[in-house]
Amino acid sequence: MKQIKTLNRANLKESAARGGCGECQASCQSACKTSCTVTNQKCENKNR
Amino acid sequence: MIHRYVSNGYRIVLDTNSGAVHIFGEAPFAMLDYLDGSVPDKPPEGMLRDLSDRFGEETLREGYGEILELYRKGQLFSADVYGPYAALLKNAPIKSMCLNIAHDCNLRCRYCFAAQGDFGGERMLMPFSVAKSAVDFLVAHSGARHNLELDFFGGEPLMNFDVVKKTVAYAHSLEKQHNKNFRFTITTNGLLLNDDRIDFINREMSNCILSLDGRKEVNDRLRVRVDGSGCYDSIVPKFQKLVARRSREKDYYVRGTFTKYNLDFTNDVKHYLELGFPEISVEPVVSDPRLDYSIREEDLPRVSEEYDRLSQLVIERAKEGRGFDFFHFMVDLNQGPCVIKRLRGCSCGNEYVAVTPTGDVYPCHQFVGKPEWRMGSVLDDTLDTEMKNRFALTNVYSKPECRGCWAKFYCSGGCNANNLEYEGDIRRPHKVSCFLEKKRLECAIMIQAALADSGNEQMRG
Repeated sequence: MKQIKTLNRANLKESAARGGCGECQASCQSACKTSCTVTNQKCENKNR
Repeated sequence: MIHRYVSNGYRIVLDTNSGAVHIFGEAPFAMLDYLDGSVPDKPPEGMLRDLSDRFGEETLREGYGEILELYRKGQLFSADVYGPYAALLKNAPIKSMCLNIAHDCNLRCRYCFAAQGDFGGERMLMPFSVAKSAVDFLVAHSGARHNLELDFFGGEPLMNFDVVKKTVAYAHSLEKQHNKNFRFTITTNGLLLNDDRIDFINREMSNCILSLDGRKEVNDRLRVRVDGSGCYDSIVPKFQKLVARRSREKDYYVRGTFTKYNLDFTNDVKHYLELGFPEISVEPVVSDPRLDYSIREEDLPRVSEEYDRLSQLVIERAKEGRGFDFFHFMVDLNQGPCVIKRLRGCSCGNEYVAVTPTGDVYPCHQFVGKPEWRMGSVLDDTLDTEMKNRFALTNVYSKPECRGCWAKFYCSGGCNANNLEYEGDIRRPHKVSCFLEKKRLECAIMIQAALADSGNEQMRG
């Protein structure tokens, strides 16, 4: 494509099928405690 | 649903439901004005008529073809198909615990949400017997989860460090038998750090949060001791020693709070970097808008400008090979969390709970001190499962204002405690927090665009 550049190959729909293992960190256990960002957590699913 | 915006010269288009992020050229970006939720096989008449003088018909047809291709691949105007998953979030195991190991503090930070350490109650330290019961409670309620998180929080956890050490040893002693892996974290103001404690934290804690508000004058204005004096001079050398001795395999963050007094917080970030701390989290104070230092709605344009300024610093330093991490700008567009995690959000009251020194269980550390939100006790192994399920179902689909928001799979519905405190309902998003979260996300994605485009900057217009 010449006029549009796609930055990622993310597909949330696919992640629904193999996701949900629950082994990743709860967001408030990282560095916030007063606000909430979930996207900056690392995925720890070994089967993804 | 899409979100499109221009930042730092990049025309960015985010497809909310697939998570795809695109940088658009000028012509296709203009064409989006003519599309509403879908892309027909042929360009709408009005689009070609209105835009052909500006871009030429060939460019328009080519650009439209690219838009159509994205649409067909499910990367533009894709559908939200995740609602059914949200109903499945009930009955999840508990896997994260915030242990309020000390309801006491040796600082009296003026903005403290924990009522300067005591959470509105009696000042007390958690006895080891309670901490031990809390660990047992976590293991018992964790089901098949392997990774369990235990955060030592307060107040100031170092005021009760012997119990921290004993609790870590006790948790380790259960790992093999129960097939668990404990990950410990601690949040400290640094005053009571010494060599032994630094070594223990660096050995045992997978992450540690070091509280410092940046420049000395900024820090010492609000982070004060009981006698009103600032703590900067005492804590900075200790934090530097801890970071210098810490393995690079393990995380840490220097964490600051910005208030109305330092809306130029990029200067505080620069100060952290001068001190040798490249892992940084700086968050807006969340406080009663009537207080002098509070961030109010009228401050939001100024804060936005500052996030733009900070973004420039992130990009410049990364391009110079001197990059640093700013917690709220960290976004992995390819391997980020799955959509189920994004639906779960912070998990408070469901997978994540807080425990007080008397063993009471609350949905999270910010609910502590509000008796109507007490969920149970680790001492008699009680848990209000009705309340737990209520939190499990508190997600972007049950929050009407989140349902139609482009950022819903990034912030996942925000902080329920802030929603309750400032909007009166855990399901009504706190407006100021929402605004800032969306701004930070726009910056985070723009930074990714700028770094991906690094070198030729061909997509910048």
